[in-house]
Amino acid sequence: MTAIRCINVCKTYHQGRDEIKALDHVDLAIDEGAFVCVSAPSGGGKTTLLNAIGGLDMPDSGEVWIGDTRIDQLNKGELAELRLRHIGFVFQAYNLIPVLTARENVEFVMEVRGVPSVERQKKSREILQEVGLEDLEGRRPAEMSGGQQQRVAVARAIVTDPSLVLADEPTANLDSKTSEGLMDLFAKLNKDHGTTFVISTHDRRVMAHARRLVKMLDGCIVEDIRQKGT
Amino acid sequence: MGITFRLAWRNLWRHPRRTWLTISAMIFSNAVLVFMMSLQLGTYELMIGNTLQFLTGHMQVQAPGFKDDMKMRQVVNDIDALAETLRDQLKLEDITPRSSGFALLSSDSRSYGAQILGVDPEYERRVSIIPSLVKQGRFLDTREAPEIVIGEVLARNLKADLGDEVTLLGSGRDGSFAAAVATVVGIFHSGITDLDRGIAEVPIGFFDDVFYMQGAGHSVVLITPGFWMIEPYKVRVEELIEDDVVVHDWDALQPGLKQAIQADLSGAMIIYTVLVILVAFSVMNTQLMSVLERTHEFGVVMSLGVKPARLGWLVILETTLMGLGGLCLGAAAGGLITLWFSYNGFSFPGMDQMAAQFNLPQRFFPQVTLLSLCLGPTIVFIGSLLSSGYPALRLFWLRPVEAMRTV
Ligand SMILES: Nc1ncnc2c1ncn2[C@@H]1O[C@H](COP(=O)(O)OP(=O)(O)O)[C@@H](O)[C@H]1O
Ligand SMILES: [Mg+2]
Repeated sequence: MTAIRCINVCKTYHQGRDEIKALDHVDLAIDEGAFVCVSAPSGGGKTTLLNAIGGLDMPDSGEVWIGDTRIDQLNKGELAELRLRHIGFVFQAYNLIPVLTARENVEFVMEVRGVPSVERQKKSREILQEVGLEDLEGRRPAEMSGGQQQRVAVARAIVTDPSLVLADEPTANLDSKTSEGLMDLFAKLNKDHGTTFVISTHDRRVMAHARRLVKMLDGCIVEDIRQKGT
Repeated sequence: MGITFRLAWRNLWRHPRRTWLTISAMIFSNAVLVFMMSLQLGTYELMIGNTLQFLTGHMQVQAPGFKDDMKMRQVVNDIDALAETLRDQLKLEDITPRSSGFALLSSDSRSYGAQILGVDPEYERRVSIIPSLVKQGRFLDTREAPEIVIGEVLARNLKADLGDEVTLLGSGRDGSFAAAVATVVGIFHSGITDLDRGIAEVPIGFFDDVFYMQGAGHSVVLITPGFWMIEPYKVRVEELIEDDVVVHDWDALQPGLKQAIQADLSGAMIIYTVLVILVAFSVMNTQLMSVLERTHEFGVVMSLGVKPARLGWLVILETTLMGLGGLCLGAAAGGLITLWFSYNGFSFPGMDQMAAQFNLPQRFFPQVTLLSLCLGPTIVFIGSLLSSGYPALRLFWLRPVEAMRTV
């Protein structure tokens, strides 16, 4: 079954008189439960693509489908609802609420979803344990390392059991060892929960974890490699 | 309410100094408002009460033209019967008939003009404080005796003492010559020169004889159980009286009083409005800053699917918390300040003028009331909430992708 389908997606930015084709007729289909890396040099269109898939930004033309839903025609509220219920996001950095502890950060999204308090506590504990942070649940972001913060962000992204997790250069601010750990965590969650992962990166070691590698350049997909055995 | 509430609370303490400054502005203005309103409302109540308690009462039934042109022949017929009917129908005892005329009072050595009031001693006590202000001798105690109670200044002018006889010369209801002799039984001291110099009271029956009133009088004076009940009572009285008489409330009888209050109130309103607007802007500024500096953070949570309304509610909640702090602390501070002055008294320059005009004491003792305690702070609170509406509404235009690009 196809989790994501992009058909002929274009997105052009205007900067002064220049036209920047951030996405140039992109066609892409990603299966449910896939573990895909989107790689491109900086400015290659990774963020634009992930934002289009996640309903954060509208493409100029083309279609974006998540499951059976065509999302490029949804309104703001419907998109927010879609993200809340079905998509988890992990960003490059600074993506936790600084005044909330690790566990509260995870719980906040659940509260917005209307999960009752008892269940919130139970689930947030479980998920923090799953990402290996059960001892740090009371710490605020400023009291954690970058890797730990990213794990909290991952916990927050997956705690609602989304069918899809989009991670935009999640390891860019991490050292290589921590990056490895995070990628292992992604892989494990992908295997255990069957969640579809789309991770953008320009780090070769990260790409090595992917079962499928989509290479982009200047808004075009230039290579689509399915790796085996990983 | 769990996490969102905690989030709001902690956000306030990200910048404790800024939060405290904003709350301080609220506390300050609330305290000022509570004190000033206590003082003001208290002053008005005193002004009204003090002015009305001598003679005016809350309302009077009179002949239509009498209020503006106090001619003797503009009478209310069968005034005792009317007073009795009103007492019966309204189930209210504080109602008294009165007659009024001008006469020349003469003692052995001097003569002075004065307003002579014919009063019913029993009921006059319930409506006017003059009976209780008799400092020498006693007040009248029958409806018929040829006795007279005069003001202190008048007594001095006439060189009349208790037990002395004074002669009344005037014209009666029909324009005929009226003359009588009455014994001074009491001298009152109201502290208000006009009254002490120009008022004399005699029993209403005696008045009737002297001035040929034939059972008529000039006004029936009513005091209602509370200041706020005047209007409904007035409506009842209007239903009960005949067409040949009218009822005037205190506002019509003492037109200067309400005008003075309104003038003073509108002056104060300007100050109050400025205060509330200043606080509202300070709140808006604070919340705008706090929203702007969280743009990235809001962008992230909106990416996660949190809707702008939720974040707007968060901003309002933060303002509510600050506002409640300002409300409670400010009202408490204002209440305490007012309480201190209510024991120690308060006066301000220029107050003596108003004091003299409206029979107020020179030192003023403001009273904390529920109204003066709550009104100002509540308006400040509502103003703060409204002014945080703008920063909250701005979130609806926030686009997560752009928000996240700001650092
Ligand atoms: N808001 C924007 N305004 C103008 N140009 C933009 C904007 N966002 C992205 N771009 C341009 O679009 C291209 C793709 O950007 P992006 O998707 O962020 O690349 P990547 O994430 O791979 O670094 C870049 O050339 C970038 O400068
Ligand atoms: Mg990018």
